[in-house]
Amino acid sequence: MASSIRVRAIANVEATEVQTLIQHPMDSGFVRDAKGEFIPAHFIQQLTFEHGGRKVFVADWGTAVSKDPYVKFSFKGANKGDDLKVSWIDNKAETDTATVKIQ
Amino acid sequence: MKFRMPRSLSPERVPASPKPATEVSVRSRIHFALAALAALALSTLQPAGAADTPDPAADAKAFRDYFVNKFPNVKLEDFVNGPYALDGDMRRQWEEKEQFPPYEFSLEMGKEMFAKPFNNGKRYADCFENQGIGIKQTYPYFDEREGKVVTLELALNRCREKNGEAVLSYVGDEMAALTAYMAFTSRGRPFAIKVPDDPRALEAYQNGKRYFYTRRGQLNFSCATCHVQNPGERMRAEVLAPALGILNAMPIYRSEWGGMGTISRRFTTCNSQIRGVPLEPQAEEYRDLEYYLSYVSNGLPIAGPGARP
Repeated sequence: MASSIRVRAIANVEATEVQTLIQHPMDSGFVRDAKGEFIPAHFIQQLTFEHGGRKVFVADWGTAVSKDPYVKFSFKGANKGDDLKVSWIDNKAETDTATVKIQ
Repeated sequence: MKFRMPRSLSPERVPASPKPATEVSVRSRIHFALAALAALALSTLQPAGAADTPDPAADAKAFRDYFVNKFPNVKLEDFVNGPYALDGDMRRQWEEKEQFPPYEFSLEMGKEMFAKPFNNGKRYADCFENQGIGIKQTYPYFDEREGKVVTLELALNRCREKNGEAVLSYVGDEMAALTAYMAFTSRGRPFAIKVPDDPRALEAYQNGKRYFYTRRGQLNFSCATCHVQNPGERMRAEVLAPALGILNAMPIYRSEWGGMGTISRRFTTCNSQIRGVPLEPQAEEYRDLEYYLSYVSNGLPIAGPGARP
């Protein structure tokens, strides 16, 4: 399966701008399916961005975040060509990781 | 488009005669004036108003001119961007979003599906001209052997059937992904829909046009009510898209749907939103409607897959 994570990190003069799109159902647990049964909650609990062993962005998420979440932030201290590691873990302990080079 | 009689000509507006004594002469003068005006109106309406000989080329020009005049500040090719062409705030949000478009996952899925061979070893590419790459602008087309309009969605399912595969739902994610990929390979190419010199093709075109302008549903809306009369206006929080170029950006990722939608999905949900009963996806009327709407957007570039709020 293709990665669930799309990341683009661009080093500017001041900071590195990171954009991420993650494919995830982010089910809240309050929605019913076609048969009228509740779809169990299924959501990302923690999203982490690491640069050189340092966590530069950590998000603790709940059910209020919508499907296929998009995140954009910037941080200082990275250079072009550095690795940026992204990982998430959800409430079913499913997880995915991606590493990109900062452009 | 319908031509309505100007109000000044309608019978109830004819002033009552002031005095009985002059009734005859006033009446006859009014009649004469009415006849003269009617003749004048008929003579000026003749080229476009002669409904018995449909002229798609003239229709398309009138359709385009209407939008160009209504929105003089919008560049012609920008109409394919729907509400973003008309609303600056929405445009800024969209431009930001386009750097990381929400249809990317679907596009990737479509590309994989398109390349994957069927069980018999053949591929989608074997069913289409130029291996299916860069051909979206020629769909839908009128098939002269069959005497019907063939849309891309229909052609994809026929390709599957021919190769012994189960058909896909016309409103599902897989069909949206496939058409997204095919549209993507055609981006920037102008719509080049042809109405061949065949009475059945003209009839299909006219049928689509009729469907577009016919009111239906509890709200008694036609497609044109929103997309010709009121583009740029708000309907709740949405900005209505202009009908010109509206299919160029299909299929679309709609944030409201939380996913991708095909043209079939768009047509059926439009019908439910006006509290009408949608037809079956790819019913003949929908195919004809797609044919008409694509034809009148000829020359505008394919921009699909698109993203809409």
